[in-house]
Amino acid sequence: MSLTSEKMIDVYETMVKIRMFEDRVAKLFAEGELPGFVHLYAGEEAIAAGVCAHLTDRDYITSTHRGHGHCIAKGVDINAMMAEVYGRGTGACKGKGGSMHIADVDKGMLGANGIVGAGGPLACGSGLMAKTLGTDQVTVCFFGDGAAEQGTMHEAMNLACCWALPLVFVCENNGFAETTPCVYHCSAKNISDRGVAYDMPGVTVDGTDFFAVYEAAEEAIGRARRGEGPSLVECRGFRYYGHFEGDAMLYFTEEDKERNRARDPIENFKKRALERGLLTEAALTEVDTKVARIIEDAVEFAKESAWPAPEEVFTDVYVKYP
Amino acid sequence: MATRTITFREAINEAMRLEMRRDPTVILFGEDVAGGASLPHMEGENKEAWGGVLGVSTGLAAEFGRNRVLDTPISESAFIGAAVGAASTGLRPIAELMFVDFFGVCFDQIFNQGAKLRYMFGGKAQVPMVIRSMIGAGFRAAAQHSECLYSIFAHIPGLKTVVPSTPYDAKGLLSSAIRDNDPVIFFEHKLLYDTEGEVPEDNYTIPLGVADIKRKGKEVTIVTLGRMVHFSLEAAEKLAADGIDVEVVDLRSISPMDEDAVLTSVKKTHSLVVVDEDNPRCSLATDVVALVADQAFDYLDAPCKMITAPHTPVPFSPTLEDVYIPSVDTIVSTVKSLRK
Repeated sequence: MSLTSEKMIDVYETMVKIRMFEDRVAKLFAEGELPGFVHLYAGEEAIAAGVCAHLTDRDYITSTHRGHGHCIAKGVDINAMMAEVYGRGTGACKGKGGSMHIADVDKGMLGANGIVGAGGPLACGSGLMAKTLGTDQVTVCFFGDGAAEQGTMHEAMNLACCWALPLVFVCENNGFAETTPCVYHCSAKNISDRGVAYDMPGVTVDGTDFFAVYEAAEEAIGRARRGEGPSLVECRGFRYYGHFEGDAMLYFTEEDKERNRARDPIENFKKRALERGLLTEAALTEVDTKVARIIEDAVEFAKESAWPAPEEVFTDVYVKYP
Repeated sequence: MATRTITFREAINEAMRLEMRRDPTVILFGEDVAGGASLPHMEGENKEAWGGVLGVSTGLAAEFGRNRVLDTPISESAFIGAAVGAASTGLRPIAELMFVDFFGVCFDQIFNQGAKLRYMFGGKAQVPMVIRSMIGAGFRAAAQHSECLYSIFAHIPGLKTVVPSTPYDAKGLLSSAIRDNDPVIFFEHKLLYDTEGEVPEDNYTIPLGVADIKRKGKEVTIVTLGRMVHFSLEAAEKLAADGIDVEVVDLRSISPMDEDAVLTSVKKTHSLVVVDEDNPRCSLATDVVALVADQAFDYLDAPCKMITAPHTPVPFSPTLEDVYIPSVDTIVSTVKSLRK
């Protein structure tokens, strides 16, 4: 494993940023501050952080409706994200996308996506671009266990393998497609077993264990970067919040919730890092304080930002339309 | 510019060839666009099995190699979506969706992804892709290989929709579509592939959204597109013999649509007939009639007429399919009825 203590601090900061962002958004939503609806990533931080730690701005990711974590891990500006969730003109998408469509192509973030399973085909496209132009850019397609049952994911995995594209399919199996358990909706024992169908390496790891995700992603992304084709990494984990905010989560028992809290990916990371003497308590606390300020500043930034001008409805449909 | 007579099929092939020479980021993919991918006796010798199901992309794999002319699995969602992803990250893909009737298996990638990315991302992305697709009845290809359906695409904000009628237009419009920075759906009527026309040898472009008056006339305006342009011109000849002077406006693209050309013609002739091979409800035909009713009502001397396919799927039997397709006779009799 190639983790320096600087990198350790970076990934810790990424995970804490995701957690604090989502907890804050949940609170703002409950207070009626935010329009629309939000799908929160808290609980899955180790996956986005562990995978994106191997990517640069030139690499691409496709995301899901639960995309805030991917955006943060890929380096999308926190102020612009918060303003987007608020629907303000300073948002990452000028307030036209909202929580479910936050994107920043310059950061290689090809968009959260409101359509389950839509990211697979898009990821084939950025993969094809890299292959056609002969660059070493890698694309990671994040998708949920629910999306695993969409035909688009089958088509995309097959096409990516036929064309030997520099892609990694990362399945975030949080156990539920909305309220429907994976054990019910998925006929396979492991989603990663489906890699066999495409002659693609498939592995299942504990998605609450940053180090396990980091190692599996390192191997898969390395393979893609060397031109050796796609891989499938299934990360098993959980989400703290419902499918969307307001979901009463009746499909979780109290025991389930307790078991999840005991598997908290950030606590897990801290414990291991401290035990191994890789980081100090003081360094972690410093990050916590810094990130808390970043999130509060983002909320202030969003609140103080103007709404988009009404004429913005009509722009950005086309580059040019006579 | 030197011209010669070539077919509609050759004109489309030539547009792709010249644009691929001009810009290394232009690539073509789809089912059997070359054919025989990976087979040593084909790929090794630069041969194609088909060059597209009706031979439209013949010779492109030989010239540009199979890294730029890629056969795909029968996975329309995956490769249309790949076109969107590739376009938003730096290529100019041409994706061939064999028949428009197949859009049902991949429409999400067209209308939720390709058409909306730019808007959803606040203008920070562009999707310069072309989807080429065959349309049209008359091929005895039955209900799932024969429709037009272009009206559905024109309905979607973010897409441009082009329907050429002649080899000259096809080449110039396709070149424009490939250079365009927005997603363009380019429809090719399969019964036009063997039609011929004068086409310049060099590259040229025809702007999207500019109609072409295919026949000048003073008394009745026919607004049409695609194969129906030829039916309308034939009808206009017959009507001329009866002393009725018809103007034929070929829209060429329906999103953007050249509203000025339609209105200018109707203000001159005071009457409108729309000839459209698509189905009639919420269609191009109704759209053009609504435009004229809204903006040129006072100029009309007669009710606007629509000649369209019926509100049915396309039947297989030749006798039935011939009833389905708008006919020259119907155009003639409809125009005459306006004059009574």
